[in-house]
Amino acid sequence: MVAANDSVPTVTPAGKLSGRRHRFGLAALALVLIVVTFGIVLGGRRPRGRTSSLSITVAGSTSVQPFAEMLAEEYAKQYPNRPAVNVQGGGSSAGGRAVLNGAAQIGMLSRQPAEAEKELTDIPIAHDALAVVVHPQNPISSLSSGQIRAIFAGTVSHWSALGGTGGRIHVVSREEGSGTRTAFDDLIMGSTDVAARAIVQDSNGAVRETIAQDRNAIGYISLGLVDNRVTAVEVDNVKPTLANCRTGEYALIRPFLFLTRQKLDPASQAFIDFVLSDHGQNLLAEEGLVTGK
Amino acid sequence: MPVRNQEKLVEALLTLIGLSSVAILGLIIVFIFKEGLPAFTQVGLWQFLTGTRWAPSKGVLGILPMIVGSFLVTAGALLIGLPLGLGCAIYLSEFAPRKTALLLKPTIELLAGIPSVVFGFIGLTLIVPFIRNYFGGPGFSVLASALVLSIMILPTMVSVSYDALRAVPPAYREGMLALGATDWQAVKMVVLPAARPGILAAAILAMGRAVGETMAVIMVAGNSTIIPTSFLDPVRTMTSNIALEMGYATGLHRQALFATGVVLFVIISVLNLTARAVVRGK
Repeated sequence: MVAANDSVPTVTPAGKLSGRRHRFGLAALALVLIVVTFGIVLGGRRPRGRTSSLSITVAGSTSVQPFAEMLAEEYAKQYPNRPAVNVQGGGSSAGGRAVLNGAAQIGMLSRQPAEAEKELTDIPIAHDALAVVVHPQNPISSLSSGQIRAIFAGTVSHWSALGGTGGRIHVVSREEGSGTRTAFDDLIMGSTDVAARAIVQDSNGAVRETIAQDRNAIGYISLGLVDNRVTAVEVDNVKPTLANCRTGEYALIRPFLFLTRQKLDPASQAFIDFVLSDHGQNLLAEEGLVTGK
Repeated sequence: MPVRNQEKLVEALLTLIGLSSVAILGLIIVFIFKEGLPAFTQVGLWQFLTGTRWAPSKGVLGILPMIVGSFLVTAGALLIGLPLGLGCAIYLSEFAPRKTALLLKPTIELLAGIPSVVFGFIGLTLIVPFIRNYFGGPGFSVLASALVLSIMILPTMVSVSYDALRAVPPAYREGMLALGATDWQAVKMVVLPAARPGILAAAILAMGRAVGETMAVIMVAGNSTIIPTSFLDPVRTMTSNIALEMGYATGLHRQALFATGVVLFVIISVLNLTARAVVRGK
């Protein structure tokens, strides 16, 4: 506090300032050193998330996310006194990482576990079919898997070559590393690359939106997300229906998995039990997933 | 507590705060480089910068399409946005009635407050279908991105140029008018040359905004990993590349995204330094 009888400080002459600059330099150096050391110390420590009993975190695949959110809501309704379930996206790989470093109790995967995730337990909760979708006004309603591969590889580039109408095919794909893209690569493309020309959208919803707007577009999304704005084509003369998925006739199927650490806390176990119960499985089936396999 | 000590304390505190922000920036740079370098050593710097194929899951990392994409989209945005912004600034500062200017300037600055995802969404629902129906191609294109960005850089361009024009002393204009020049002649021959450094600064800031914008571009660019050959081709910028794939990237893929960040950092620094040198040289 400034007392009234304190003398007002005189303005420092410039000479004194330049002398002080030297000390500032030292202070700066010291500070930077301190911060850097801090950074190295903190960066070197791998933080292990603590599992709180207050809520369960489920993180990972954006394809599984909407279904997990629906289940979490239903779970909260049925068991209001149990720990709440938080669902986060981030992608399959991020989900695996989150479980490995303890940031989440349950990871969601829309593909088979990778090498790094092998130490975790995987629990299949349902299967999801991939639908190859076109604009409703597109006359083409059936494609062979070979034709689909050729379209996405860019070797067939016009609808007229497939007996359709309209011009250049606008191929819509997903970004490298996404679960849906990985599944599509495994199921359809094999060793062939998706053309670099393909438009890349970063979610099922964005792909669907693009196809719904563009008569010449083709893409792939979860069967559960197909609505009346897009048409799912027959693949190798098999209609993409839940019944055909169950019998195994429709081959574009991938697992939806929950990933957990070997030792699971009771709260997470309770949620998983709910998902695998008849009630939980029925909810998933109503949403268009393939269950009971 | 004597005033001198208080003075010292405040000084020390401010020094600490000021330096810590510099230190944080420094740490971020160190981190990006540390995370990105392995990708350079693994693939080779030259291969990384000039490779035209991007397939990180197969270990093929070439980001030339993204570098070209960033440049094209930014250049397109500046081509449309700079004349618009400058024209608007000249009108507001030199020709608009006072009341109009007082109403218009805050309105334009409000544009800066609109989140980029909203611009992207407008682009997706209006501009993309328009381009697809009237110009052909998939609609997701260099052109769509440039159009959306050009509107997004307007607020920066207008308000910074406007301030530069306002800073030109009125005596200059009056002198010119006294010599019998018209309004436009006065603006063209005296006001604009006098305000040139400020206008260039506005252009640099606008360019920085355009290079760095991510969300809106992801929504309208199409994000193909090709080198676009026309304004109707889809395109992927460096920022889009990072944002699109970071959720899934592990190992070399993740390092490659950080390496993309390093390249972006270097390019933006170089752009900024040259632009500043140009400003100072004039």
